[in-house]
Order: sequence, then C-alpha cells, then structure tokens
Amino acid sequence: MNEITTAIRTVPLEHYVFLSFVLFSIGLAGALFRRNTIIILMCLELMFNSVNLLLAAFSAFHSDPSGQVFVFFIMLVAAAEVTVGLAILVMMKRNVDSVDVNQLNRLRW
Amino acid sequence: MVSFEQLAHLSWLVPAFPLAGALVNAALRRKLGANGSGALATLLVAASFVVSALLFWSHRPEEHPVEVVTLFDWIHVGGMSIPFAFQIDALSLTMMLIVTGVGMLIHLYSIGYMHDDPRVASFFAMLNLFTFAMLLLVMGANYLITFIGWEGVGLCSYLLIGFWYTNPAYNYAARKAFVMNRIGDVGVVLALALLFHLFGTLDYTAVLGRAGGFGVGNPLIVGATLLLFVGAMGKSAQIPLFTWLPDAMAGPTPVSALIHAATMVTAGIFLVVRSSVLFELAPFTKDVILAIGTATALLAASIGLFQNDIKKVLAYSTVSQLGYMFAALGLGAYSAGMFHVTTHAFFKALLFLGAGSVIHALGGEQDIRKMGGLKGVTKITYITFLIGTLAIAGIFPFSGFFSKDGILANAYAHSPVVYALLLFGALLTAFYMFRLLFLVFHGRYRGDRRPHESPAVITIPLIVLAVLSLGGGLLNLPHVFGGHEPMKHYLATAADGVAGEHLHLEAATEWILMGLSTVLVLLTAWYAYGRFAKRTTLDGEPADMPFLKRLIAEKWRIDELYATLFEKPYGWLSTTLFTFGENKVMTPLMNGVGNVTLRAGKVVRRLQTGNASFYLFAMVAGIIVFLLLTLYGV
Repeated sequence: MNEITTAIRTVPLEHYVFLSFVLFSIGLAGALFRRNTIIILMCLELMFNSVNLLLAAFSAFHSDPSGQVFVFFIMLVAAAEVTVGLAILVMMKRNVDSVDVNQLNRLRW
Repeated sequence: MVSFEQLAHLSWLVPAFPLAGALVNAALRRKLGANGSGALATLLVAASFVVSALLFWSHRPEEHPVEVVTLFDWIHVGGMSIPFAFQIDALSLTMMLIVTGVGMLIHLYSIGYMHDDPRVASFFAMLNLFTFAMLLLVMGANYLITFIGWEGVGLCSYLLIGFWYTNPAYNYAARKAFVMNRIGDVGVVLALALLFHLFGTLDYTAVLGRAGGFGVGNPLIVGATLLLFVGAMGKSAQIPLFTWLPDAMAGPTPVSALIHAATMVTAGIFLVVRSSVLFELAPFTKDVILAIGTATALLAASIGLFQNDIKKVLAYSTVSQLGYMFAALGLGAYSAGMFHVTTHAFFKALLFLGAGSVIHALGGEQDIRKMGGLKGVTKITYITFLIGTLAIAGIFPFSGFFSKDGILANAYAHSPVVYALLLFGALLTAFYMFRLLFLVFHGRYRGDRRPHESPAVITIPLIVLAVLSLGGGLLNLPHVFGGHEPMKHYLATAADGVAGEHLHLEAATEWILMGLSTVLVLLTAWYAYGRFAKRTTLDGEPADMPFLKRLIAEKWRIDELYATLFEKPYGWLSTTLFTFGENKVMTPLMNGVGNVTLRAGKVVRRLQTGNASFYLFAMVAGIIVFLLLTLYGV
C-alpha cells in the first residue's frame, strides 16, 4: 500500500488536478454538445472518473484513505446509473427508432 | 323502602328515558307507526315522571335538603374541574315534576293531535329530545350542565317551530326564535365566564355558598346577575327580546303548549331562582327585573287585546304572564314566582291544548273571527277551556287566583304603583281571555266548516290539566285561607333567596287586595261578556281603527321598530359590503392575483422546451453561476 502511495506522490499534485480538469471539461463538453445518447452516457462516465482520479490523488497526498473509499462508492453508483441509462436507451430506440437526444422533446408545455 | 340517597343515584334515569326515546324514535322513524312512536315517547316520559315522583316522595327536605350526584368527571383542565353531576333538591324536583308531568300529558295529547302527520315519529323524537334537554337544564349541579340543557332546549325549540318546514314563513319564525335566543345566550356565556372568574368554579353549591363573601351591590355580582338576566330575557321572552315567542306559534300546538308556555320559557325564571343568592346581592338588577317584568306584562297584555289568531292571543298572554313571574322575582318573591310558574304550566298548557282541540275540531282554522258557538259541539273542550280562562283571569278558587294574588300582594308591599300597574295588567288579561272564550265558544258559529269534538286521547289531558288548574292553588295556600304556604317552605330548603323572603301584610289588607282584584276581574269579565258573547259582526282591519287602537292592534309596531333599528342598517351594511367591498375590492384583488400568475406562467413556461440538452446546459450554467457567486460574490 505504501509503495502505491509513494508512487502516486512522485507526480506533483497540480498535474493530477490539471488532468482531472481536462477530463471533466471534455466530458462536460461532450454531454452538452453531442446529440447521440450513447456518447452522452459515456461522457457522464468520463466526468465521474475525472472526479474519482482527483479523489484518489488527494487521498494519497493527504494520507487519508477515506477518499479512496469514496471512489469505490462512486464506481458502484455509476454502475447502477449505467444500467438505468442503457435501459432508457433501449426503450428510446424502440419507441422513436433513434438515439438522438433531441428526439425526446415531447415533454413540454 | 329505598332511601332518598339511593334513589338519587338513579336520578340519571330521569333524563335518560326521554333521550332513549328520542334516539329510538329517530332511528326507527320509518318502522314505528304513528301510534307506536307516540306511545313509546309518552311511556318514556311517563317513566321519567314516575322516577321524579318517587324522588319527590322520598325527599325529606328538612333532613336532607340537597343531594348532588356526580356521574363522571366531565371537564378536568388545569385548575378547572367540572363534573357531570345532577343536583336533586326542592327546586329541581319541582321543575322535574312540572316538565315530566305536564310533558307526559302533552305527549299523550300529541298522539291524537299529530296522528295524521307523515313525520309524526320525527316529531316525537324532537319532543323527547326537548324533554331530555329541559331535564338537564333543571337537574344540572353546575351552571355548565344547565347551559347544555339551555342550548338544547333552544335547538329543539328551533326544530319544532320549523317542524312544517315547507312553509317559508314558519322557517322564518324558527330562525327568528333561534337568533333572538342566541342574543340572550351570549349573556349567559359571559355571565358564566364572570362567575368562573369570581369563584373559580361553576358548581351551584360552591358559587352560591361563597357568594355571601361579596358585599351587597358589588359591581361584579351586579354585572354577572345582569348578564344572567339577559339570558333569561331571551329564553323567557321579555322586553326587548320577546317578539320571537308570538311568531313561535308557527309550530304545532302541542309544541306551543309544552315549550312555549309550560316549560322552556320558564327556564329564565328557574335560572334566576337558582341563583337567587346572587340576585339578593344585586338590588340594582332586581329593580331592572321588576321594571322589565312589569313593562312586559302590560305591553304583551295590551297586544293580546286585539289579536285574532287563537294561538297568538295565548302567546301574548304567555309573554304577559312571564312578565308577572319576573316582576315577582324583581320583588324578591321567588316562591311567588315559582308558584306562578307551576300554576301557569297547568292552565296555560290547558289553554293551548284546548286551543289545539278547537283547531283540530275545525280542521286547522285558527282565526277566532271564523269561530263562535262551539260550546254546544265541543263540550269537554269548552268546559276545560273555561276552567283555564277562570284560572288565568285569577278568579277564586282557581289556581291562578292564588299565584297571581301572591305576586300582587308582594307588589303592594313594595310599592302601590307597581301594584296598580300589575293589577291593570291582570284586568287586561281577564278581558282578552274572556273575549277569546266568548268569541270562540259563545254566540253563533261564523265559519263554514263542520266542527266535531276531539277524540279521548286529546280530551283526557285536557281534563287532567283542568283538575290541576282548579286545584293547583292548594300547592301554596296562603295563611289567610288557613294554609301554610307549603311550596314556599319546600323551596326555601333549596334556594336561600326564598328562605330570606318576608312579606308583612295585615290579614285585612290581604283580604282587601284579593277582594278588589276579584271584583274588578269579574266586572271585566261581565263587560267582555256584554261586548263579545252575542257578537255576530267581525272586527275590522287595523287600518280602519283610531290611532291608539290601531297602534296596539299592530303590536305597537315593535317588529317594524326592530326592522328599522337593526335589520335595515344591517341589510344596508351587507349590501354595501357586497357591492363595494366584495365587487369592487375583493373580487378585483383576487382576480388580479390569479391573472398575474397566469400571465407569468405564459412567459415562464417557454423555458420548458422538452429538450434534454437545453436542460443540461441550463443546469451547468446555473452551477457555474453559483460557483462564481461563492468565489467572488457576497
């Protein structure tokens, strides 16, 4: 365990933060601007994981394992979320024969 | 032989019987026939009468004057403890016997009178409910139990006045009675609050026992007694709250006899006698009661002179007689007042039931101008009505003679002016009662129906009440006739006010007073006989009469006065509040709020595009805004 922590600490913290920021921004941009629902789901996963990375890094630098425990929880929730998301996707394909998120615009005033 | 204490613990049966009757009759009103419901109701009231009578016979007032029977803890909050308890003493026993005894006869009479009514079971349910409430009123051991009964009889009075509810005028009369009674009830509620504030309890024994700690004329006691009297005014139809009672004749005749003559309207007198200790501490209140009682006695008697509806004459007569009772209370002659309550219950119930028998005989006719000469056809009704008339007019040896002369003697001892006024009222009473008697039973028949005598179920109560009206005077035979006023001595064991009564008149003075009133009443009767017994033409309409006569015939225009004083301003206020307050202020305001919401919704709902990407974008934008706010904002 100690070796992994030491290994993580060999890279400065700022790099992790920067990498997370870049990953999160890519995910956010994808979620905002893509229309394909599968891509949007994947972008959501990307954002999750950027946060996970940040949590693991801070956990190592602060010598506090609770950050890593959090990561496990998030992965679990993300897995559950994916099943729901994919189920919606299947229904969407069946009902409107498309995975374009803009096709789902009937719930409106 | 069971003792009084043991019997007193069964006293709850007295109100329980009529309550059970009311519930059964109400629940099975479609199952029981007309005779079944009537018989049930009558038997249950008779059972109450039997229990009351047993209580009365076992009661030894000199050994054991008061027995308070607690059934259960009713209200127990903080420092306030009000048990559900009955107080059995001379006063409540007297009232119980009147309510159940006269009530039983009137129930019996109703079987015949209401026989053909489709809602006869409902009628008996209400009549039984009334009896229950009235018994609660007189048996309660504290002001609050009495007040439950007080409100209960008011409700039943309302229900029974409006019994034939398809007639809008009857409904109006019922509402009028209810509203006027409410005005009085506010007085009672305030009085109870004040008494609780002063004494910390509402139990009769505690309140009346501790009242002596306050001096005579204590302003708080005067206030409490005045408020109690306001309640009595409403319930017992005194000026200014008397106008509901004549209108209450819209109800069936047995109701008029039971509620609006014999029992409910005497509740005010009962309340004053029950609280006589307090009233003895408030001379000012007694003066007010004397003034209002005397004024009511005269005013109502004068209106009775020109009424042409047989029940209206009796109604004004009732108001007038209640005025006498209050005058007696104002004079401090509580036992004389209660004695008049008792005899009045006999002869006024008799007169009302007799009037009902006449109405029944004529198939619903109430206008005495269309009656006359009925003495040949309805013999029993005639003889009993005659006895009732002689009793109310105060002719020896009928019961009204003793009770009215008791009041007159007390009035003379107080002041000759009051005596003269009350004597004049007695002459008016004699005049309108003999006018009624002669117009209905003597002369020639002026109507077009075929009169017939009523069945036995109607005439038997008449005969019993006639006997009571004849012999009721023995209940309180004064000393000059060799009696020793048993009722006064009996009531003195329950009401300290009665015990403190003193009337000092020479025997000769009493003889002169009695002789004077008897001679004058007989002269009045003779005058009425000459004017009305052979009458074939009818009285004209009020519009053709000279001014004063017309004013009296139009009931002093008191209803019109109240309409101008209260109804019109209130109607104006309501209309103004509606046209201005409601239509010009509230409606635009409410509609404005609604319109603003609607318009705002029309604009804002465009945000709801249905596009998931847009929502996501808005969410992120929002998060960024909050982030920036946290970093740089306030």
